[in-house]
Amino acid sequence: MKRNPMALIYTGLLCVLCLAAASACRQDMHDQPRAEPFEESDFFGDRRSVRPAVEGTIARGHLRLDEHFYTGRIDGALATTFPAAVTIEMLKRGQERYDIYCAPCHSKTGDGLGMIVQRGMRQPESFHSQRLLDVEVGHYFDVVTNGFGTMYSYEERIDPADRWAIAAYIRALQMSQGANLAELPESDQQRIQQIVEVEE
Amino acid sequence: MPQIFSPAANTWLKASIVGGALLLATTFGVIFYLGSTSYVTRQHQVRPQPVPFSHRHHVNQLGIDCRYCHASVETSAFAGLPPTKTCMSCHSQVWTDAPMLEPVRDSYATGVSLEWTRVHDLPDYVYFDHSIHINKGIGCESCHGAVNEMALMWQEESLQMMWCLECHRGPEDFIRERADVYKFESQPDYSAPMDQSALGAQLIRGYRVNKDQLEDCSICHR
Repeated sequence: MKRNPMALIYTGLLCVLCLAAASACRQDMHDQPRAEPFEESDFFGDRRSVRPAVEGTIARGHLRLDEHFYTGRIDGALATTFPAAVTIEMLKRGQERYDIYCAPCHSKTGDGLGMIVQRGMRQPESFHSQRLLDVEVGHYFDVVTNGFGTMYSYEERIDPADRWAIAAYIRALQMSQGANLAELPESDQQRIQQIVEVEE
Repeated sequence: MPQIFSPAANTWLKASIVGGALLLATTFGVIFYLGSTSYVTRQHQVRPQPVPFSHRHHVNQLGIDCRYCHASVETSAFAGLPPTKTCMSCHSQVWTDAPMLEPVRDSYATGVSLEWTRVHDLPDYVYFDHSIHINKGIGCESCHGAVNEMALMWQEESLQMMWCLECHRGPEDFIRERADVYKFESQPDYSAPMDQSALGAQLIRGYRVNKDQLEDCSICHR
């Protein structure tokens, strides 16, 4: 009984190919029958695996009773005060959030000439206009929550505490643009002097 | 009775032992190699999308922060894919009649989701969490590459386990200041540290990265 040595080689190669092919076929562990966020579903009619909450649903721990904190209003009128004391941490958080979500249009200084405005978005009013300097702080909270004019609501992306932080930071921006050089701390005065010297 | 084994049988036996071992090694080698090719990992492949969204334009040219759209990246496992409303918060005003954005306007008008093709898809037995990586100072760029320069999105890394382990075994080579997490090396406002290993060691202490845990199976597979 004599075997053709070539047959052995061919059989071997075939085995290698079959194994390689098989290794790429089984994806059951890769794609388990559970829905990942935003994964397509072939079960629901709208093909979303995520079910929209029934209107009026309140998640446990999310009952919003504090009108001032959650709506920026007190007895229906725009609040003139913050629901909690403004701290430096809150201002820093506000600055970070403002730079992410607001600066694209309102610009980092709040003059309303952000990059998206330069690309065709309608120019928002400057935060340094007399009307916006005088407006109740609750107005800023309300606009982030509900939108204003061409600005959409940012309710889903900015939670209430961050909206207050942004409102506080807008107040800080407003103060910064009208600040008196002599009232600034020594170190800031020196920094401004350096910048002025460089620019001259 | 004739001889069962021919005079060449000894040679054949030895050859088959060596050959068998070689065959086995080759088989695993080929499978391993095929598994790491971009054909399988889908690395560097641009996938078809309903809208040719350009990260380069939105990040580099417009300066929009990652979190403007990927809003849940700091607080949840999932970075967050923006709802159509996020696109429309600018595109209701800007490029309002661009044919390219027709699917976005349609989606907003009808409430039917845009069906994006997922580019980074880990196996379901990996419990990856964006928030922990972000909060411990791993930059977007470390895993997603220079997204700020991608006109169309692709997967920069293999996303294979040995790639994950490169960093889980030596996070000090990749860890950044939290303030630099959303920056990209090619952007002017990012300056790479002078001494990454010194900064890395310092940040690992500062951010309390528990290196002893990072190679545990259960850190990713639950």
